[in-house]
Amino acid sequence: MLTILFDGISYGMLLFVLAVGLCVTLGLMNFINLAHGAFAMGGGYVAVVMMNRYGLSFYWSLPAAFILMAALGAVLERTLYVRLYDKSHLDQVLFSIGLVFMSVAAVDYAMGANQQIVNLPPSLQGRVEFFGASIGVYRIFVIIACAVLALALQFVLSRTRFGARLRAAVDEPRVARGIGIDVASIFALTFAFGSGLAGLGGALGAGVFSLDPTFPLKFMIYFLIVVSVGGVTTISGPFLASLLLGVADVAGKYYIPAVGGFIIYTIMVAVLILRPQGLFSRAGR
Amino acid sequence: MRDAVTQNPSLILRAAARWRWAEFVVWLVALAMVFVLPSRMLLLNEIAILALLALSLDLILGYAGIVSLGHGAFFGIGAYVAGLLAKAGAGAAPLSDPLLGLAIAGAVAALVGFATSFLVLRGSDLTRLMVTLGVALIFSELANKLDWITGGADGLQGVLSSPVLGLFEFDLFGRTAYLYSLTVLFVLFLLARRIVHSPFGLSLKAIKGNALRASAIGMPVNRRLVAVYTLAAAYAGIAGALLAQTTQFVSLDVLEFHRSADALLMLVFGGAGSLYGALIGAAAFKILNDSIASITQQYWMFWLGLSLVVLVLFVRGGLMGLVDIIRARLFGTKEGA
Repeated sequence: MLTILFDGISYGMLLFVLAVGLCVTLGLMNFINLAHGAFAMGGGYVAVVMMNRYGLSFYWSLPAAFILMAALGAVLERTLYVRLYDKSHLDQVLFSIGLVFMSVAAVDYAMGANQQIVNLPPSLQGRVEFFGASIGVYRIFVIIACAVLALALQFVLSRTRFGARLRAAVDEPRVARGIGIDVASIFALTFAFGSGLAGLGGALGAGVFSLDPTFPLKFMIYFLIVVSVGGVTTISGPFLASLLLGVADVAGKYYIPAVGGFIIYTIMVAVLILRPQGLFSRAGR
Repeated sequence: MRDAVTQNPSLILRAAARWRWAEFVVWLVALAMVFVLPSRMLLLNEIAILALLALSLDLILGYAGIVSLGHGAFFGIGAYVAGLLAKAGAGAAPLSDPLLGLAIAGAVAALVGFATSFLVLRGSDLTRLMVTLGVALIFSELANKLDWITGGADGLQGVLSSPVLGLFEFDLFGRTAYLYSLTVLFVLFLLARRIVHSPFGLSLKAIKGNALRASAIGMPVNRRLVAVYTLAAAYAGIAGALLAQTTQFVSLDVLEFHRSADALLMLVFGGAGSLYGALIGAAAFKILNDSIASITQQYWMFWLGLSLVVLVLFVRGGLMGLVDIIRARLFGTKEGA
């Protein structure tokens, strides 16, 4: 019971790290980026290649995944995404699906279609007893790492000047632009950072998720659920939504496997209909 | 002349609905394929079916402006309904009759479309996108879990249709299948053509342009959207039924995400909002798929993705858009089709 709860929490925490970048970009630029999962997959594969092929430590692969994916995100944002901000949602969807397809095929070509196996360092293997439940050390590591990241994000957003600008830009981009905030470069930075976080999440969770080339397609719906249930105006909304989704998904698969993803999809549709602005978002708009 | 037309709206509709010579050419070419490419009937059959799917999406996306990522759901429902019917009849006349199967599959899909249409009325593009995707996922999950009905991952086997109209047996080369699918496509195309050139179709375009203004001049926006969504669902269901009947097999593949994505791609490839875009897009998509897949089966997705990105970035309006541009260059007219 407690084991499942812990697994669910670590899963949810990972989803948060993966999806938080998408929440911000969606809220800020109203840009529907279905290719967000491709960055997460990229991060996961960076970690796998570094560990399995070059024998580097798991701990080194995490920042590497972040930096590489952030750089890739920045390059793509400046060259391609920037052309699509003022296009229709349909164009954005098609464009990002195109990117997803390309990434799926490219990874398939480079790494093969098999699921990748991650060799965790010995310090993360094994389990510990915790109030009578046995919990993997790796899960605890994931939870701690994600919690630190979430707190850091919250701090940056609420306490720093950049955070204040970002919040202003999300809430009211036109006014923010009017009072001299450079929304475009804030967005570029945020996009790169969000992509990097997705990459980091992908690397961190490479042992939790099954990492194969179809990852971006499989997890697209999860990201969208986090965004739709959590809303795009706060960081705590997506965080709670991810935790809920993680626990519900793991518990659902464990206790009532026959129902599968059914409940989650139904909840998503219901939330979208009843509270289009998200379950945890502030009242108002 | 021009003044008379602008003063009488029905003349505008009639002028737009006039058949052009290019349209006859398209259909004659499609029919001539039976003799030109007798060895590729199965491929052509699939093109006709995909064209119908793209056509149905065109009705809601190209005309009413509803962005859907879950249109494949109706396709899959139609396929399963027709497949189950044909299987129950075991190739004998009443239940396995293909036309009856089409009608029932279309009706069931329309029913589901009607029920879910209320979910897409509200909200922005993003909400619609996620709702349609969610609904499609629910159905694909359902088909997966109800394996005692659908056969689950093994698919539905033993789908046998009786001869069309009791006369034309489905043959191994797909000749009957192609002619059957093409006929259904043609009939439904005529209907769709009639609809989009009617006042109803015009009101859909108005809603797409600006729903608020459309309702301000007295259009029942929601009712129109429900109607067209239901109609499109029926079309997609019939397309699915055609696939089940002509390939004699239904698998979970018909409900997968890529069906919805493919439909969207074909439509955008060809150009939304012109009906012919759907047909041309489906043909181009399938031919491209077939020729690339024969070289690299695995990496078709890459080229598909690349062509999408290029299309969005550089070509507006898909292939039909290109046709318009070329025609404008050639004849110096600025009028689009």
